[in-house]
Amino acid sequence: MSAMSSSNWDRRSVLRAAAGLAALGPLAACGSNNGRGGGSGSGTNLTQYFHAYGEAGTEQAIKRYAKAYDKANVSTQWITGSDFESKLFATLLTKNAPDLFEFHPQIQLVKSGQVADLTDIIEPVKDDFNQADIQSHTVDGKIYGVRMIDDPQFFFYRKSMLEKANVAVPQTLDELIEAAAKLTTSKVKGAFLGNDLHAVINPLIWSAGADTLDAQNQPAFNTDGVAEGLKKLRKLFTSGDLLLDAPADYWDPSALDQGLCAIQFCGMWAMPTMQKALGDDLGIFPFPKVNDAGKPSVYNGGWSMFVNAKGKNVDAAKEYVKWLWIEQKKYQEDWATSYGFHIPPRTSIAASATKLKSGLPAEGVKLFTDYGHFDNIGWTQAMITATENVFADTVRKNGDPKASLDKAEKTVSAELKKLFG
Amino acid sequence: MSTTTKLDLARPAPAKASKARPRRGLRGSPTFNFWLFTGPFLIGLVIFVYVPIGWSIWLSFFEARFTVTPSKFIGFDNYRFMLDNGNFTGALLTFTVFAAFIVPTTWALSLGLAMLVNRLRFMRAFFRSVFFLPTACSYVAASLIWKMSIFNGVRFGLANTVIGWFGVENVAWLANPDPPWYWLVIVSARLWLQSGFYMILFLAALQNIPQELYEAAAIDGAKPGWQTFRHITLPQLRATSTAVILLLLVAAYQAFDEFFNLLAKTTWGRPPLVELYYMALGQNQDYGAGSAGAVMLTMLIVIVTLFQGKIMGFGKGDESK
Repeated sequence: MSAMSSSNWDRRSVLRAAAGLAALGPLAACGSNNGRGGGSGSGTNLTQYFHAYGEAGTEQAIKRYAKAYDKANVSTQWITGSDFESKLFATLLTKNAPDLFEFHPQIQLVKSGQVADLTDIIEPVKDDFNQADIQSHTVDGKIYGVRMIDDPQFFFYRKSMLEKANVAVPQTLDELIEAAAKLTTSKVKGAFLGNDLHAVINPLIWSAGADTLDAQNQPAFNTDGVAEGLKKLRKLFTSGDLLLDAPADYWDPSALDQGLCAIQFCGMWAMPTMQKALGDDLGIFPFPKVNDAGKPSVYNGGWSMFVNAKGKNVDAAKEYVKWLWIEQKKYQEDWATSYGFHIPPRTSIAASATKLKSGLPAEGVKLFTDYGHFDNIGWTQAMITATENVFADTVRKNGDPKASLDKAEKTVSAELKKLFG
Repeated sequence: MSTTTKLDLARPAPAKASKARPRRGLRGSPTFNFWLFTGPFLIGLVIFVYVPIGWSIWLSFFEARFTVTPSKFIGFDNYRFMLDNGNFTGALLTFTVFAAFIVPTTWALSLGLAMLVNRLRFMRAFFRSVFFLPTACSYVAASLIWKMSIFNGVRFGLANTVIGWFGVENVAWLANPDPPWYWLVIVSARLWLQSGFYMILFLAALQNIPQELYEAAAIDGAKPGWQTFRHITLPQLRATSTAVILLLLVAAYQAFDEFFNLLAKTTWGRPPLVELYYMALGQNQDYGAGSAGAVMLTMLIVIVTLFQGKIMGFGKGDESK
């Protein structure tokens, strides 16, 4: 007979065991598996949020940097899925909000007091940053975030496919449409701009000679040139020459690598993977100009580090940001160039980054310099959504571009009024 | 050796005399036992359901951007804003039409599957499991399979491969709203995920219908098939059908997971909950307007449900009616 006979497990024993387990629950939460880092820091605990980067090794790198910091235990929440901002904003309203988080500069974070002023830690090295990055993080003379990486986004193309179809690198949007038609075969589509086309919204606006907001923070995207560009994109969308509903979206190089398309809009982060897959059969060009008033454009996206102003450890979090993203140049270069290719926002690091000095990466840096547009801190999520709706309603759904732009302008103006009064 | 016992001589075994001790104190009190068992759930219900609902109603009359703490009383402005917001009112309308389609379709499919499985003479458990298993699948996982494997727009997607055999060109099932193939993707995913669960409900109800009713009908000359289904089976399933339709209606208006994952950031085919999600979280962080939308959506569900109840009869319902 087993020592654990049924008589040993009567009702009271079970209830006692359950009560015991319930009592142990809170104690278990004090154990090592509590989400905090196992670093060699002091008693201060910091949590940082990162979205899941696609490049292999990035999560380990961020955790390695955190572990090397000895003044606090820094743990990392690596958030997978496509809705990082929703998770971040929801958590920022709670007591479980992270002490630090990466995001893009947006004024509503400043206006609602969600991000701390980092001017004091950036000021001493301000001149060593790309000044456009400093400007895109500044409100009323105060700097609210530290740029970690700049991510230029442009078109990648298969040189051999263009040569075979006798197609020149497109200089205008019309030429891109013609090229896509010539490059399309029964197995390969001419171009891929992403499944929802959202990645090319700002490039289209800039390439049409317009802007999201002007210098006075007024809507500047509702122009005839942008409407014309939307009509041209509608033509491309319905031509059958555009790759739609690809298994992976624009940020992933698989569509080009797997031969699903000849031209793909993507970011410089994917360049190492593409080069590995395609070797020298790879070229790049900016989003072409929409009309004579326009100019080719490159969206210089990227990610910045912010400190939660309502967190419990604001000073400790600022110290960590200063240590990692201002003092540790070696880590900054590693982060920018060892996984995907990104441009370091520190000019001294960018100048010494050997991987970006020759070949295609150097061409990418040139496009960044010649045609780059940076984030505008006044261009918020609600405004981004308004222009996404314009693309959905006009390019994908054949709505009237001017009417859609008018509607978006109304939304953006209302949002600006709420933000600036 | 066997023994026989005449039925009329059989006696039930005498009940064992109760030797239970008289119950003492609280443990003997039915009131105490009632609260012991229901109290924790009631507390949970109040904290996690009623308080948030009350807070949401309260919040809907205030400006609450980037915060869930009411700051400035603005009366019905949030309601006006939501009603002026074409996307939200469009979503309410679209999903009323969607509910009008998906509810009867799922009802009919579930009932059909239940009748099919119920008639099987062998492998009934196997087929019951086959149809029920999708219920255990996460909506998110199913959506990703539908989106990336079956209905992607490239040549090696399953659906495109099949139509390719007939010489049809690749279709962008989700990216292009014209023609609206995305409904095919969504409806097929939803039917696959939901029908099995409701099939089980119908199966249980079918097995509760007394066989004597069918025998009596046969004696009266009723033909098996449509006639008995129409006049015996369907009326006997009335209470179950009412419950199933109620659940399906609420589920249709509360659709979220598969739409969120299949139709990212579109202006079409977007359910009210996805609209509210974007309103209150990633995009605007306008919790006041989001709450106003939630209150209106709840009111709509209540009205539609009461209307359905009026037609089909709430609470009239045990299976015999």
